[in-house]
Formats: sequence, structure tokens, C-alpha cells
Amino acid sequence: MKTMLKNKNTRTNLLTYLVVIVAFVVMQVLNSQGMLGSSMKGYLVPICVYISLAVSLNLLVGVCGELSLGHAGFMGIGAFSGIVIAALLKDTIANDALRLVCAMFGGGILAGFVGFVIGVPVLRLRGDYLAIVTLAFGEIMKNIVGNTYAGIDDTGFHMAVSTSKMKLEAGGKYIINGPLGATGVEKLASFTMGFLLVLFTLFVVLNLINSKEGRAIKAVRDNRIAAESVGINVTAFRMKAFVVSAFLAGMAGALFGLNYSSITATKFNFNTSINILVFVVLGGMGNILGSVISATLLYVLPEALRSLEDYRMILYAVVLIVVMLCTWSPKVKEVLSVVTDKASRIFKRKEAGTNE
Amino acid sequence: MQILQYLINGISIGSVYAIIALGYTMVYGIAKMLNFAHGDVIMVGAYISFCVTNYLGLPSFVSVLAAVAVCTVLGIVIEGLAYKPLRGTPSLAVLITAIGVSYFLQNAAQLIWSSSPKNFTSVVTMDPIVLMDGKLVITGEVLLTVAACIVVMVGLTLFTSKTRTGKAMRAVSEDRDAAQLMGINVNRTISTTFAIGSALAAVAGVLLCSTVPTLMPTTGSMPGIRAFTAAVFGGIGSIPGAMLGGILLGIIETFSKAYLSTQFSDAIVFSVLIIILLVKPAGLLGKQIQEKV
Repeated sequence: MKTMLKNKNTRTNLLTYLVVIVAFVVMQVLNSQGMLGSSMKGYLVPICVYISLAVSLNLLVGVCGELSLGHAGFMGIGAFSGIVIAALLKDTIANDALRLVCAMFGGGILAGFVGFVIGVPVLRLRGDYLAIVTLAFGEIMKNIVGNTYAGIDDTGFHMAVSTSKMKLEAGGKYIINGPLGATGVEKLASFTMGFLLVLFTLFVVLNLINSKEGRAIKAVRDNRIAAESVGINVTAFRMKAFVVSAFLAGMAGALFGLNYSSITATKFNFNTSINILVFVVLGGMGNILGSVISATLLYVLPEALRSLEDYRMILYAVVLIVVMLCTWSPKVKEVLSVVTDKASRIFKRKEAGTNE
Repeated sequence: MQILQYLINGISIGSVYAIIALGYTMVYGIAKMLNFAHGDVIMVGAYISFCVTNYLGLPSFVSVLAAVAVCTVLGIVIEGLAYKPLRGTPSLAVLITAIGVSYFLQNAAQLIWSSSPKNFTSVVTMDPIVLMDGKLVITGEVLLTVAACIVVMVGLTLFTSKTRTGKAMRAVSEDRDAAQLMGINVNRTISTTFAIGSALAAVAGVLLCSTVPTLMPTTGSMPGIRAFTAAVFGGIGSIPGAMLGGILLGIIETFSKAYLSTQFSDAIVFSVLIIILLVKPAGLLGKQIQEKV
């Protein structure tokens, strides 16, 4: 155990798990004491969803070094397939939690499969071009999901991409109604399940990063040509990261979809993809704990600023720009370091003074 | 004849995309950054033009000039405050800042002009030309857009090949360090590029809202993304590429809406983009750069 703790990676990983578990326990205790407002309770599941999304995107952007602008597309696929699966299994599986787990895994597998199909052509591209193509795929997925009709009647399950082809017998029920989205969804999601999803995501991503595969992926990120020359199959490893990331995004999406009674495909647009990317970049690329913290804070921030009404999104934008300038700009950093230096010198002088 | 009408409409909307794409492509070529706030500069330009015409009652060409002036200044200010301090940092940091700027512009517009859509009056007062017994209608907006597109294209090509600043721009886009060693003021060149790009965005905003007359704080974002794909489509960093990409994208969009499916037009446009990129990974007219060890 001691030798294990000496390893820096293991320590940071354990710290990440610890932070998440402590946060969960604290929230549960607060909840049981009735100290959480109803709005805060409503945030719990989305926060878990966004943490999972940010961590899975971090695998792609931070660890693999590939900019993806279509993460919300995978989330959308997971959400809608999760909703359909949950509705179909209603009579077979009575237990809500088990049904939710099935829906999440189903959504994840479908999103992962789509990720694989997309990955074959997309991963041939690099850099900004990869970013554009993921953006394009995100829009395509949103467009297709937003025009899908699905429903069940006595004869079974029906699915189509236009109203004219969609014929339900009397007594049939729409699960997804094209542009109107899914309505009358049974809210299966719970905070505990969100917490388990976050743990599962962390487990998968952290283990992947610290495995042989993870080291290969990082080598590809740092220098693709050098990695290729030592015999790393670049495409295969990029594909692995891409599919795992899509799978986790699909699971998170399924949980998200089953958290609301109705949801439309427009929710999974470019802006959502960008928001997840903002979580990742502000949390620190490749830093998993950073993603967890920034996803939580940045999700709560606009909600906490709600009292400022019209000014809140402007303030959010300003905070975003200022944080980026403070963390990256060499000039601002210099100014900041001068200030902190002076402060620490004054502090030290005081200390020296008290010693005399 | 229907097909000719669709072609004209496609070229018209494509010309707007092309003008926006030029802004994207120039900024990308020189500053190597994806300026996601570009779409929102379009929106600001359209609002300025709207205000000058409707509240001050000035003629439409004055409103266009005002929009261009305001957007040029806005472009320089944005570049100086938000992008310049981040020069030399990873491109993702600048990308996120650009997204921050985009949010800022959208929400500032919402505060100033409210989120309810405004009805933009077209800057063109010409009667449409009707050919072949009404089967073919060419509106003044179409003529103006295509003319503006050609003027901008020719102007920019001459500017980058003949003038000192233009040559400096090309030098900076090719190799920033070498350009600096040759005594080119890189910072000023980048600021000029932003100014030109934003001025073009203002023109595009006015043209866009003359064709599609609803003006909202989010008006710029979707054409912005479209134009961005157009720039990539033609090969990002290349001026004729942006032109070609924009017009082709407009034609593909109109034709897929007319003949294939209205609902899936987005999916079709983006699929074409993906196929092009798979066949030509640097876009239609982009240069493929060989990676060196």
C-alpha cells in the first residue's frame, strides 16, 4: 500500500475518487436534512451528467490531443436510444434502477457504435480539420435524431424518419415524435445513479490513461511521427479513445434524457458541445479532477447568477475570457507573478520582523 | 426553368456565405485561429445598419457604411483585448476565448436590442427582374449580393498581391517568424486582418438580412457555422477557396432543400463536406503540407 501511494499517478487518482465520493456523501447528508433547495436538487443529476461528459471529452481532447466539437451528438444518440430502450423494457423489467442501467448501457453501446462508424473515416484527418468534421457529424446526428419517429403499438415497435411512413395502430404511443422530441418520458434518473455513472466514467478513463494503451495514446499526442516510428499503431489507439469517449457520452446522455419528462434534439446542438469543451479546457487538458471540478462550478455558475437575470450570461462570458487570459496570457501571468511576489515578500518581511 | 431559379437562389445565398467565409479564412490563414465570434460580428453589423435606417432615418448606403465602420472598430478592439494577449499559446486557449467573445456579443445584443426578432428592411429598392413570363425572377438582393461578392473577391485578390500590407499578410501567413525577421510588424498585420474580416462581416450581415429579413441576437451563429464549413470546404487559408466553397455550399443547400429533403438539408450539406474532406483532406483549393520529422 505504501509503495502504491508513492506513485504520483495513483495518488492523484485516489484523490479524484475521494473528492467525488466525499461530495456525494455531503450532498446526500444535506439532502436528507432537507437543506437543499428544490432548484439545487434539480441540478444534481445534470451536474453528474456533465461531469461524465467532460471527463470523457477530456480523454479525447486532453489525453489524445484531438479537438472534438461534436460531443453533444453522441450525448443525443445516447439520450434518445436510452429513452426508447427504457420505454420498450417497461413490461419486461419492473425494477426502475435495473431498467435505467439497461437504458444507459444500451445508449452507450449505440453511441459507441456510431463513434466507431464515424471514426473510420474521420480519424484519418488531423487538427482543425478533425474538429470541423466532428462538428459536421454533431450537426448530422442532431438533424437525424430530430427527424426520427418511434413508437409502440400492439403489433410491436415502429421506427421511421418521416410522418407519412410512420403508421401506428389505434392505441399506439409515440416515444419520439420527430422535431417535437420525446414526450411523456418516465423520469428514471436519480442522483445515486448519476454518482455511480461518474464513478464508472472515472474508473474507465483513469484506468485507460494509466494503462499501456493510455501511454501509447499520450505518445501519439506528444509526437505522432515518433510514436509511429516506435511501432505504435496510431489509428488503432486514436480509435480506441474515440469509441470509449463516445460510449461514455452515450451513457451520460441516456441518464440526461431520462431525467426530464420531455426533451428535443435541439438540446444536443453545437452550443452544448462547446460548453462541454469549455469545461474541459478550463479544468485543464488531461487533468481529470480539473474536469470534474470545472464542470460542477461552471454548471452551477450561470444558475447561481440567475438573480442577475439579463446580465448573467454576459458575466459568464466575461468570466470565461478573463479566466483564459489569466491562465494563458504570458503578460497577464507576468503581472500576476509580480503581484504575488510582492505580497509574499511583504509577508516574509513581517515574519522576519516578528522573529527578531 | 425551375432548376435555373434554384441555381440563382443558391448562388445568392452562397455569395453571402462566401463573404463570411473570406473573413474566417483570412483570420485563420494569418493568426492560425478559429474565430468563432465572427458570426456574431455579422449580427452586430446587421443591427447597426437596422438602427441607422430605422431610428435615424438615414439612407441605406449610409447605414451600410456605419455598419462597416462600427464592425471594423469592433474587430480591432476584440483582437486587441481578447486575442492579442494569447498570441503564441495553444490554439485551444484562443478558441475558448473566441467562444467567450461570441457569448458576450450575443448577450450584449440581447440586452441592447432585446431577443424579440426585428424586421429588417432590405437595403435594395430595385424591382425584381422577371424573365421568361415570370418563370425566372431575379431580385435586386440577388444582384447586389453577387455583385458585392465579385467586388470583394477581386478587391481582396488585388489587395493581397499588389499592396505592401497585403504582401505582409501573405508573408505572415506563410511563416510568422521569418516575416518578423524581415521587419514586418506582425501584430499590426494581424490587427489589419481582423479589421478587414470584420468589415466584410458587416457587409455580409446587411446582405444576409436583406435576403432573410429576421434579425435576432442569434442570427449570425448558424450562417457563421455554415460559412466556416464553406471556408474549410474550399481549403481554409485560401481566398479563392473560400469563394468557391461558399458558392458551392449555397448551391448544394438550395438543391438539397428543393429536390431531396427539406428536413435533412443540414445533414446533406455536412455529409458533402465530410466526403470532400475525405477525398481532399485540405479542402478543394487548400495546399497539402507534408509533415516533417
